[in-house]
Amino acid sequence: MTHPIPPAVHLRDAVASRGGRPVLRGVDLTVAPGEVVALLGANGSGKSTTVKAVIGSVPLEQGTLELFGTPYGSFRAWHRIGYVPQRTTAASGVPATVREVVSTGRLAQHRLLPFRRKDREAVDRALAAVGMLDRAGDGVADLSGGQQQRVLIARALVGTPDLLIMDEPMAGVDAASQQVLADTLRAEVARGASVLLVLHELGPLEPLIDRAVVLRDGCVAHDGPPVPNTGLHALPGHDHVHPHADLTPPRLLA
Amino acid sequence: MTEMLSYDFMQRALLAAVLVGITAPAVGIYLVQRRQALMGDGMGHVAMTGVGLGFIFQTSPVWMAVLVCVLGAVTMELVRSRGNQRGDIALAMLFYGGMACGKLLVSLSAQAGAGSLESYLWGSILTVAPSDLAVIAVLGAVVIAVTVGLRRQLFAICQDEDFARVTGLPVRTLNLLLAVMAAVTVTVAMRVVGLLLVSALMVVPVVAAQQLTRSFAATQAAAIALGVVVSLAGVTGSYHLNVPSGPAIVLLAIAVFAVFSLLAAPLARRRHRARGEADQGPKVCDVQLPSQGSSDATTPEQRAGLAQ
Repeated sequence: MTHPIPPAVHLRDAVASRGGRPVLRGVDLTVAPGEVVALLGANGSGKSTTVKAVIGSVPLEQGTLELFGTPYGSFRAWHRIGYVPQRTTAASGVPATVREVVSTGRLAQHRLLPFRRKDREAVDRALAAVGMLDRAGDGVADLSGGQQQRVLIARALVGTPDLLIMDEPMAGVDAASQQVLADTLRAEVARGASVLLVLHELGPLEPLIDRAVVLRDGCVAHDGPPVPNTGLHALPGHDHVHPHADLTPPRLLA
Repeated sequence: MTEMLSYDFMQRALLAAVLVGITAPAVGIYLVQRRQALMGDGMGHVAMTGVGLGFIFQTSPVWMAVLVCVLGAVTMELVRSRGNQRGDIALAMLFYGGMACGKLLVSLSAQAGAGSLESYLWGSILTVAPSDLAVIAVLGAVVIAVTVGLRRQLFAICQDEDFARVTGLPVRTLNLLLAVMAAVTVTVAMRVVGLLLVSALMVVPVVAAQQLTRSFAATQAAAIALGVVVSLAGVTGSYHLNVPSGPAIVLLAIAVFAVFSLLAAPLARRRHRARGEADQGPKVCDVQLPSQGSSDATTPEQRAGLAQ
């Protein structure tokens, strides 16, 4: 490879199935350093499975996966990745505070050592970034859906990751939280982080997106600049201006 | 009181009760967190086969139960982690098979007295032998060290397994470790609460505590404290009333749960009022669906047509 910096994600010819049903039939996906890639597609097209393959929770039957230039099998630098799963709920069977949930994002840093002051400060910073610091002591179950989503994003940010992976971050999120989310994402991109977003539609995050990968039936149907004529933007009369259409090398964003 | 403490068997029973009161909720909280509250119940059933084997081979039923229960727990964890659609059927087979096998083995064995299996099922303060106490103490110490020492790690895997994997935690190893700890706890607790009620002591103190708590750390601490109190009180009551210790402990725990749930509602109201006065946050719900948030009206058909 002649790349000075290896891509954050390099998935090649990925084949995977879930419950015996083939879901990915040879997906290629690359996220360059500092690039924001949206993964689009209809329900069942394999978006979430692709993301789960990238984080290793769905095993690949064929194909290769490299994270930051390291083959998945020998990748250990998990602190470089922040993951925001598709939200069902941030609550579980036992009450937990916002701070406790966000603190789990710090496990890659402090490992078996006790939680120290700099870990606590990192949690505070991440909570402040999503505007939830004043709710740190509240139970996550008492929060709204949008607020729970913000907590999950803070949990991913707490390790200052180089790659942020978000699965449907806008689904069922109230307007205020959508704004916070877009601002947070903008700040992360400005910091130089790469972002892989699963989205149902480009929506309010569109100006941030460098490249869109559209999946259909487990295959890549489009890989390039975000196509305006997808989803609601196909409506006639929708005036569309795209700031990244000139294909600026993504590294310049860093 | 002093008379009760003068008996060796009561000293052992009370010591065992303290250990069980700590270990059962310490492990149980993770099962409740993962909504697997009945897992301990299944393991109790599986442990019966171990007790039966102990009877047959004239060895310690506790060690045999540990062995069988750990094997059962590892099997259950493998079924769970594979996310098999028919996983619940596999578990049902394991539970019923374990129970049936246990009873069969016990009735085949030489010491098939009427009360022999009974004491393992419901717990008995008279049967905690000195050798049992040593086993309970060692196993209990291991369980406490793991469940309290690895609190952050176990919390993470039970809260969100996929996320925990991305933080680089050895999720599979920790899951197996937790399953083994639960299995060990079942066998530690079986002398005091009995196999049929083991699960209650893993679950009830936790759900009772969480009526009043908001954080995981506080829930775990309160559940352990509660577990110790009801275990000691139950064993004492069992001595005075001449009833099996297991049912006494469990009924006490349920009574505590009932009282705590009655207290929970007024307490939560007060908490909310206090916050409402502190910060004048919006009192109305601001949740909006994304389709309402964006200016364009989207129909499900249009959204589904995204990939075309």
